[in-house]
Amino acid sequence: MSTVRRRPHFSTVMLIVGLLFLYLPMAVLVVYSFNSSRLVTVWAGFSTQWYSALFQDQQILSAVWTSLKIAFFAASMAVCLGTVAAFVMTRFGQFRGKTALSSMVTAPLVMPEVITGLSLLLLFVQMAQLTGWPADRGEGTIWIAHTTFCSAYVAVVVAARLRELDSSIEEAAMDLGSPPLKTFFFVTLPIIAPALAAGWLLAFTLSLDDLVIASFVSGPGANTLPMVVFSSVRMGVSPKINALATLIILTVSLATFLAWYMMRRNERRQITQRQEDAA
Amino acid sequence: MMPSQVVALLKRCQLGRRAVIAFPLVWLLLFFLLPFALVLKISLSQGAVAIPPYGPLLEYADQTLHVFLNLGNYLFLLSDSLYIAAYWGSVKTAFIATVACLLLGYPMAYAMARAPARWQLILLLLVMLPSWTSFLIRVYAWMGILSNSGLINNLLIGLGLIDTPLRMMNTQFAVVIGIVYAYLPFMVLPLYAHLTRLDNSLLEAASDLGSRKINTFIKVTLPLSMGGIIAGSMLVFIPAVGEFVIPELLGGPDTLMIGKVLWEEFFLNRDWPVASALAMVMLLMLLIPIVWFHRYQSRELEE
Repeated sequence: MSTVRRRPHFSTVMLIVGLLFLYLPMAVLVVYSFNSSRLVTVWAGFSTQWYSALFQDQQILSAVWTSLKIAFFAASMAVCLGTVAAFVMTRFGQFRGKTALSSMVTAPLVMPEVITGLSLLLLFVQMAQLTGWPADRGEGTIWIAHTTFCSAYVAVVVAARLRELDSSIEEAAMDLGSPPLKTFFFVTLPIIAPALAAGWLLAFTLSLDDLVIASFVSGPGANTLPMVVFSSVRMGVSPKINALATLIILTVSLATFLAWYMMRRNERRQITQRQEDAA
Repeated sequence: MMPSQVVALLKRCQLGRRAVIAFPLVWLLLFFLLPFALVLKISLSQGAVAIPPYGPLLEYADQTLHVFLNLGNYLFLLSDSLYIAAYWGSVKTAFIATVACLLLGYPMAYAMARAPARWQLILLLLVMLPSWTSFLIRVYAWMGILSNSGLINNLLIGLGLIDTPLRMMNTQFAVVIGIVYAYLPFMVLPLYAHLTRLDNSLLEAASDLGSRKINTFIKVTLPLSMGGIIAGSMLVFIPAVGEFVIPELLGGPDTLMIGKVLWEEFFLNRDWPVASALAMVMLLMLLIPIVWFHRYQSRELEE
């Protein structure tokens, strides 16, 4: 741009407004988590009592553990399923069932959660009637439900990377006699590994966050964190939830910062590499 | 290599290829498509006081097969104005929220795409970060801000601008704010992806040929980012129509939305057939937007 701007562009102003809109409510949560008053909206002095109350709440702690467990296994399975789906979509050309597969891969991205939740519950009930499995619903059924909708997100992330990737490297390996499976594991997979990691993290956060689908397919035994938080906030604001929110925001911010730092380092390394190669 | 070995290898590849295709296909057929068939089936059955609470569709008695197709659940939805009002309320609220998201999200994505390269990743992470924290907690944050004794009302009363608190909680306004807040990143992301791909030379050509900035924007930038507008709008609109958490926490008794009604039919009234019929009608309503979204998305996937 050669022209000197005297006032900021309209879109820049909107970007700042938008970011303030996104972050101010979260800042309010953080600030009020240190409030000593039970009333969330009246400031009565600094206190960390809600954090100690949070760490003594057995119900929340066991729900955190349940949620982390489900999210870990759901994200891992979703990465397997989503990667295979993405690979099939981008590398296999035409085959019977391709339209069906691509519809079923993208539809969960927008499907309202109440519909997904209800439909999966009806499936589990019907299966239990016909085959005796699943005998009781809980962590296992939530895992299946989360795997299914998370794999859609993984497939989109991985397919985007596979499309960018030059398929001539894979073709070269196969021309040199590498079997398809070996080519996939030793050529394709290492190159798309960052996309798999990004997909895994996305699936992990989606699974941790889901309330509606888990509520439908869960049984009386399993309570995930969102289910416990929901039953608490539905009664009104609670400072303990503010403390929990602050810890979640802190964790996500740190993880994001770390990811950004590593991406930047890689980028710099590539630039210096290129400069050395050129020299 | 002997020809027979080559044939065997080809066969094995074909088999392997089929197995690779089958893995995601079978999983999704079983856990995504089949469940919808069951929703359809149960929406056509009769409610019953049993576990699970619905009657059979097929029954073999007196050496004949009886098929009970019961459209009563659908007729029931039509007869009660509550359900029609809920569908209408959902579509209206989701539409307003989508437009608001677009009006805020488009300039944001535009500014991000025009920002210096080293800023783009930071801005992208800043926009996406909230969506990686908890959805539930982000909606909850607005309860403390909008309520009668909430932050905004306290502030306005403290400044002496108003005497009685403004009623913002439990209104449609609160639900729209909640949806915009929760779904804004999903609007910005596809818009940004399309706007960064925009070829700068086209804009320069337009300006060289004497086109005014606003004119260039309407004639060049806007049409070229249409894919992003559609993808972003569908990513907001479709889930928002079926939204449950936001109307439950921020809406009031007068803000009827179909996701909440379905939840109540299912969990409170335990009427699974009516809940299934509600889901089927919602799915039918959303079919056109979903197909539209899919067409854009699959073009992106397969290119």
